[in-house]
Order: sequence, then C-alpha cells, then structure tokens
Amino acid sequence: MIVVVGCAAAFALGLYAILTRRDLIGILVGAELMLGAANVQLVSFALLGGADPAVASAFALIILVTAAAEAAIGLALVVTAYRAGRRSQIDEFAEVTG
Amino acid sequence: MTALWLVVVPVVVALVIAAAGRRPVRFTRWLALIGPALATFAGVQALLGAEPAGHGGAAAEATGVAADWLSAASGSIEIGLAIDPLAAVMLVVVGVVAGMVVIFSVGYMAEDRSQARYFALLSAFTAAMSMLVLSTSLVGLFVAWELVGACSYLLIGFWFTKPSAARAAIKAFLVTRIGDVGLLLALALLWRETGVLSIAGVLEAAPALAPATITTVALLLFVGAAGKSAQFPLHIWLPDAMEGPTPVSALIHAATMVAAGVFLLARTAPLFDLSETARLVVLIVGTVTALGAATVAVTQTDIKRVLAYSTISQLGFMFAALGAGAWVAAMFHLVTHAAFKSLLFLASGSVIHGSGTQDLHEMGGLGKAMPLTAVTWAIGVAALAGLPPLAGFFSKDAVIDAVWVHAPAAGVALFVASALTALYAARATRLAFTGEFRGSGHPHESPAVMTAPLVVLATAAVALGAASWWFADLFGGHAGLAVPIAVASTAIAVVAALAGWRLFGAGPAADERVAGALGGLWRAARSAYGIDALAMRAAGGIERVSATIAERFDRRIVDGAVNGVAWLARRIGREFNELQSGEGQLYAALVGAGAVLLVSLALWLGR
Repeated sequence: MIVVVGCAAAFALGLYAILTRRDLIGILVGAELMLGAANVQLVSFALLGGADPAVASAFALIILVTAAAEAAIGLALVVTAYRAGRRSQIDEFAEVTG
Repeated sequence: MTALWLVVVPVVVALVIAAAGRRPVRFTRWLALIGPALATFAGVQALLGAEPAGHGGAAAEATGVAADWLSAASGSIEIGLAIDPLAAVMLVVVGVVAGMVVIFSVGYMAEDRSQARYFALLSAFTAAMSMLVLSTSLVGLFVAWELVGACSYLLIGFWFTKPSAARAAIKAFLVTRIGDVGLLLALALLWRETGVLSIAGVLEAAPALAPATITTVALLLFVGAAGKSAQFPLHIWLPDAMEGPTPVSALIHAATMVAAGVFLLARTAPLFDLSETARLVVLIVGTVTALGAATVAVTQTDIKRVLAYSTISQLGFMFAALGAGAWVAAMFHLVTHAAFKSLLFLASGSVIHGSGTQDLHEMGGLGKAMPLTAVTWAIGVAALAGLPPLAGFFSKDAVIDAVWVHAPAAGVALFVASALTALYAARATRLAFTGEFRGSGHPHESPAVMTAPLVVLATAAVALGAASWWFADLFGGHAGLAVPIAVASTAIAVVAALAGWRLFGAGPAADERVAGALGGLWRAARSAYGIDALAMRAAGGIERVSATIAERFDRRIVDGAVNGVAWLARRIGREFNELQSGEGQLYAALVGAGAVLLVSLALWLGR
C-alpha cells in the first residue's frame, strides 16, 4: 500500500516537474521520474501478486530500455537546441509550431 | 441458321466497307448489295415454300435459331430469329428496296467524300431491319428497333456539318425515343404479367390476362409504333428527317423503318383483337393522321416534304386498317406503299440531282428534260393516288373497305384523305414536270445507275396489285376487290387528280391563288397546324424549367454542400489553431488532463 502511494506520489511529482519547470533538463528529469515511478509500480504489483511476474518484468525491461532511449534522444535534442540558439528554457521554443 | 446469316452478313459487310475506307469505295460500295440480296433471296425462298399459315407459322421452326439471352429464377428471356411468312414478306420488301437504294446511291452519292460511311450504314441498317422482322421475341425486336433508330439517326445526320441536319437527327432520335419508352414499358408489363417475352408465348398467354392489362399493353405497344411510324402527335420528326440524303429517306423514312410500327402491330394483332379500346384508339389516331397529313402535303413546296407528309398520311391509312382489325390489309398496303413511295423518293432524288433544287416552285418542265424520271414518277403518284390497276389501288381499297365496314365515319375520313392524296400527287407532278423550268441551270436526266432502280420499283408499283390474291391466300382474309368501294375510291381519285391538275397550273402563281382563296386554312396546313412549333415550344419550356431546377439544385444543394463543408473545416481549423500555441507545457498539460479524463472515464464505466 505504502509502495503504491509512494509510486503515485513520485509519478505526480514527475508530472508536476514536466508541467512547471522552465528548463529542458528539469523537464527531462521529470519524465525520467514518471517512467521510474511506473516501473516500480509494475514490479511492486508483481511482487504483491496482482500480476504475472514474468509479464511485469518484461514490461519493466521494455520501459527501462525506452527510458534509456528517451534520455539519450532527449539530451541530444537539448544539446542541439542549446547549440543552435543558446536556448535552454521551454518557453523560448514557442515559435517551433507545425 | 439462314436467319442468323441474314443479320450477321450485312454487319460484317458494313465493317468491311467502313474499314476499307475512302480509297477503294468505288468497289466496296457495291458490297452493300450483299445484305439486301441475301434478304430478298431468303424472303422469296421462304415465301415460295410457305404453307398458307395464317398468323405466324410453324414453318418458321426449321429456319430459326433461338437462345436464352438471360436466365433468372423468375424465368428466362429468350431471343431468336426465324423466318415465317410475315417476316418473309418484310424481308423481300427490305431487301428489294434496300438493294435499289444502294444501286441508286452509287449514282446519287458519287461525289460525296464520306461514301464509305454512307454505304456501311446502309448495310448496317439492312442488318438491323432484318433482325427486327426476324425476331421471335419482343426483346430481340426491341434491340433491333433501337438499332434501326440509331442507323436512322446516323443517316439523317449524315451531313452532320449542316446544322439543320444535325438538329433533325437529334429531333428524330428524341421524338422516337418517346415511343420507344412506351414499347419498353409494354415489355416490362408483359414480363411482369406473363413471364415470357417471346412473341408466340405472349400471344398464347394474352387471353388469360385481365382486360385492363391487355388494353394497357396494347396501347403501350401502339405508343412505340406511333413513335416509329410517325403517327400523330409523334409525327413531327419525319418531315425534318428529310435532311438526310434522299435515298435514305426512300429506304428508312418511307419503306422500311417507319413501317416497323405497322409490322409490330401486325405481329401482335391477336393481342389487339382482345382489346376493343386499344383498336379504337389505333383507328382514331390512324384516321386523324391520314387526313391531317394529307392536307399538309397539299400545301408544301419542298418536294421531299410533300412526300414526307404523304408517307405519314399513308402510314395513317395502315394504322386505320390495324385499328379496324384488318392487319392483312395493313400489311398489304405496307408492301405496295414501300414500292411506290420508295420509287417516289428515289425519283425525287433523281429530280433533285438533275435540277439542283428541292423547291417545287423552282422546278417545272422537267418532263422534257428527264423523261425516264418523269414516267416512273407518274407511275408512282398514280399508284399513290390509287388509280387502277396500280398497286396502290388494290391495297387502299382493302384498307378503306376494312375501315368502312368497321366504322363508316372513319371510312369517310379516309375517302377524303385519299381524295387529298390524289390532289397533292397531281399538284406535285404538275409543278415539277410540266410547264417551263423556273430554276437556274440546265436540268438533265440522271445516269442509268439511278434510273434503273426507278424502273424496277415502277414495275413493282404496277404489278404488286396482283399480290392481293396471293396475300389473302398466305395470311387469310378475303381476296379481291370490294367493288362498290373500289368504284367510289377510283371515282374520287380521278376527280381529285383532275381537279388538282386543273387547279394547280404550272408555277407558284396557282399556289398563291388557291392559298388566297383558302386563306387561314391554307396557312394553317402550310405550317402543319403549328403542331411542330407547339411541340418545340413545349419541349423548350420543359427544358427551361428542368434547367432552372437543375441550376438551383446545383447551386444551392451541390455547391452549398461543398462550400458548407469547406466553411466548417475552415471554422474548426481556426478554432483549434488557437490551441496550437507552440508552448510544449500546455500540450503536456492537455495530454495529462486527457489521460486523467480517460482513466476516470474507464473507471467510471467499468464500475
């Protein structure tokens, strides 16, 4: 129970970071926090018997890999964006619309 | 199998002529004779071997082919071709007239650059007409019916660069289409009521039908026949059809295609025997047409228009006979009329060829310049007027006799019509062939290739009267002459012809004198009682109304829908454009809100 509430709190914290932080790095950290929270949640459900441990671990692994890729690409984008215009705050990118 | 070849061979010939094109046309145009020759040969052969069979014949089975055109759970639609005596008579008519027309055309169309198309179409028409008369089912007949209509359209509009010819072709096509719809409806009704469409099957099943159904079917068939055979009020296309080459008028618009309506009603005569009402309608329409068209023919100055109204009038005689139940008399008149009217058309073609004009007022004195044409023309008009012992005398006698016995009032009207026939025949002859030439240039006799067919057809116009007995033998009905009627009609014809000869001295002055004496009556007849103008105005009105409706529908509904969709898309786009601000965190907030919404929705619904 504590684990579930803790995970939800961490997830909400990550979302809050994404929605409120101005700097790109902070937003990426928020996203990582959400992914991690979801991961812990999955594994804890498997341990508590709510889900098949094999399925849960498979999902956890996929999320880990996705999170790694996301971090790599996200950081690369942040670095590229910074190099292109010395910008690192999200509201500086408002003109990049489709 | 013979029957099949009669249709296939002319089609192949038509394709060959068309494919060979312009260069070898001096040779290929003679190929167009193959179809007519085959038809004549097959027709004569069938007639020589024919048993006196009355209506239809079992002898047909041997020469026929049949197949299921379409099979369905509710039955199958059979098509077939077979030669029975009625078809054989028509085959001979089609074959002889088409053959003569082809020969005549070799001379008449010698200068034309599109001859290959012309002769190919003549051959195609022969095929379609053969199919029409040979068909054992109404479906096959209907297909051929449309095919001859198409050939007629193409040949009326043969000189399609002339706007009046193109217009006339379209008019002929559209007006006959009204009749064709009637025929198609008759077929649909028969299919629903009897489940068969073979002619024999329909006639067999007909007596079991409700009287109202029989009357409806008969009247719808008559609408089809009236369209094709130019009966009032669907006659308006035939005078305009004279825009086509004159030999075409002789073949299609005098002898064969326009007689198809008469043939159809003769084929289905037993059906009409079952409906007094339908026959009465046919009788009235036929009589009105015979009388009305004859009066118009008196006043026309275009030699082809005189003949066109004369044709309408004579077809009216045939329908009057059909209405009186005398289909044998109608068929006999069809045959003799085919001979003398195609003769008259070809002679008028020769006249036009020799004098360079179609206007009777510009002719005159052609008797001296074109003796052979004049003599054959004289035989033709004498037969048309019903002077003994020519063919028209016998057939008109048979027709008037039948109608007289059936309905004396209609008989009187036909007597008047035949008096008018003699009158306009005399007038046209007088204006064209006597007196002095009033046109420009020097009229000359046509070459032998054109006069030879005239001689052949003139012989037929003289001799066919003798076929009266043989006709009665073949189809039943009484042979020979109804003497009182014959005497009366001869007297009327002679008096009217003499009156016409005296009244219409050479030249337009005589016309004006008579016109002055008759005043409004002449003018009304001259404009064909304004029926054409009225029909054109009505058609114009319908066109305008439907065009307005279509235009409104197009602008309001179609354009409205398109513009409405575009407006909606633009509006929605503009509204949602506001959302796309480029602020990533707003997007993220919306995604989060959406996720919350979806999850709570799922929880709430899954409860």
